[in-house]
Amino acid sequence: MVKAIYPKGKIVAKTGNEVMAEAMRQISPDVVAAYPITPATEIVQIFSQFVADGKVPTEYVAVESEHSAMSATIGASVAGARAMTGTSSQGLALMWEMLYIAAGLRLPIVMAEVNRALSAPINIHGDQSDTMGARDAGWIQIYSENSQESYDNMIQAVKIAEKAKLPTMVTTDGFIISHCMEVVEVYPDEDVKAFVGEYKPERALLDYKKPFTLGAIELQDYYFEHRWQLAEGMRNAKQIVLDVAKEFKNKFGREYGFYEKYKMDDAEVAIVTIGSAAGTTKFVIDELREKGIKAGLIKIRVYRPFPADEIAKDLAKVKAFAVLDRADSCSGNFAPVYLDVVSALFANGINIKSENYVYGLGGREISTEHIAEVYTKLDKIAKNQVAPSKTVEYINVRIK
Amino acid sequence: MIEVRWHGRGGQGAKTAALLFGEAVLATGKYIQAFPEYGPERMGAPVQSFNRISDHPITIHSGITDPNFVVILDPTLMETVNVVEGIGPEGKVIVNTSFSSEEIAKKLGINKSQVFVVNASQIAQETIGMNIPNTPMLGALVKVIGNLDLNGVLEDTKKKLEVKFRHKPQVIDGNIACIKRAFDEVKNS
Repeated sequence: MVKAIYPKGKIVAKTGNEVMAEAMRQISPDVVAAYPITPATEIVQIFSQFVADGKVPTEYVAVESEHSAMSATIGASVAGARAMTGTSSQGLALMWEMLYIAAGLRLPIVMAEVNRALSAPINIHGDQSDTMGARDAGWIQIYSENSQESYDNMIQAVKIAEKAKLPTMVTTDGFIISHCMEVVEVYPDEDVKAFVGEYKPERALLDYKKPFTLGAIELQDYYFEHRWQLAEGMRNAKQIVLDVAKEFKNKFGREYGFYEKYKMDDAEVAIVTIGSAAGTTKFVIDELREKGIKAGLIKIRVYRPFPADEIAKDLAKVKAFAVLDRADSCSGNFAPVYLDVVSALFANGINIKSENYVYGLGGREISTEHIAEVYTKLDKIAKNQVAPSKTVEYINVRIK
Repeated sequence: MIEVRWHGRGGQGAKTAALLFGEAVLATGKYIQAFPEYGPERMGAPVQSFNRISDHPITIHSGITDPNFVVILDPTLMETVNVVEGIGPEGKVIVNTSFSSEEIAKKLGINKSQVFVVNASQIAQETIGMNIPNTPMLGALVKVIGNLDLNGVLEDTKKKLEVKFRHKPQVIDGNIACIKRAFDEVKNS
């Protein structure tokens, strides 16, 4: 029987896009500037309908491109507004230079991002190449396994961004979550509003009584210090993420952290992954446990800032693990999440046998069988029956 | 967990049926998923949509390959699409047709006990005046699955339709009548 966790919560059937738009309505930002793109279109379409129907007092700016969407959002944010946007794939790519500016100016913009493959070849389906490419932009990145998490993450993102003074993107897997209707618990408007609170920027360009300069040129004299501050701000954001998660749990009852551990207490083999495939992995783990394979999962929620020491500590006890990446950074080396995980282990002096798999590019199916095969191989690696691969492996791709 | 695959043609409401069905089943207290297959979106092209139903939270997010139930909105799809793919010996197929279960079973190469038939197009014509077979097939599916609460489904579907068609009350009543009639008329003979 489906039950609400929060006593005043309401159970609804909604898609990822619908709940992200719902969260935006409840957050009620001062400004939203956005340009539609599949599969994120519905988010701004539904939100703009809320604006048209007078259900939210937001100033909605219909722009002519994503570059302008991010520019207008930045403009609103520096003026002192709580500003949000939403996009996907090529849209995020077109925002690229402005992403770095939003971070460099320390603007707490929140973006709803639906993960989709990048062209070419053109493809509208889900993979995480778009936001993985933006992982060095200075944005906090929070990934969602399902619609419930995307809703909860959006609400938390506003507080995290404003406390950390860092732009924050919340993602869902394109179509798999963005267009999948599932059970979501939503909270009353007033409770969400009370949780996110009123935005009181420390400085705003429209506050003419306290004038200041923003975005000035800094060459060899100051640039490095400001970029160090940005990096330090990202490091400091870790505690903020945890504080907001704690506050969220106290209020609404759902528990969040940097990542979720599923059956890791006694796990001998583990998968580390991000997004909707983690849910499918949980399903596989339950089946494997019945067959005696001690499988576990670490599902990364907060990828930037990367919880390196924490993950190293939690992976330390397994005999073998695999990282499943839904993006291939074409580095000639390994895929992004694997590189972060193994560098975290190395820095902590931990050496565990591991493999890196790239899966699901352009929405390619990842089935329970595919995931079970990874665990089966890990089990053999753990028992020294086979050696781990030294290069990236690919799941469900036709390679000649 | 129960998995359902809907086969229809673009414009017949296969996606809407899966969404309506999912919401209605949630209203009876079960966990659900409803999702369409996204491909070329053309009127008349073969399309699929899917449902999962469970008493427990559903974490799986891969595609549905071995459905327990297959709903076929347009019988001509049986000519061009492998509608019985992955259903196994226990899977059940519900077809919008005027033919008998025996005739359809022969055509699909499966057991007669697996085939349920209902003339959803005729029901839709007679109740809402249009050949939109999705809501009658929803009623037939509720009947064939068996352990779902019809009244709960009807109540929730009515609520959803009232929001969507608030200026066309006859559409609401017609669709509700469709669900009830198909629930009563779907048969394995």
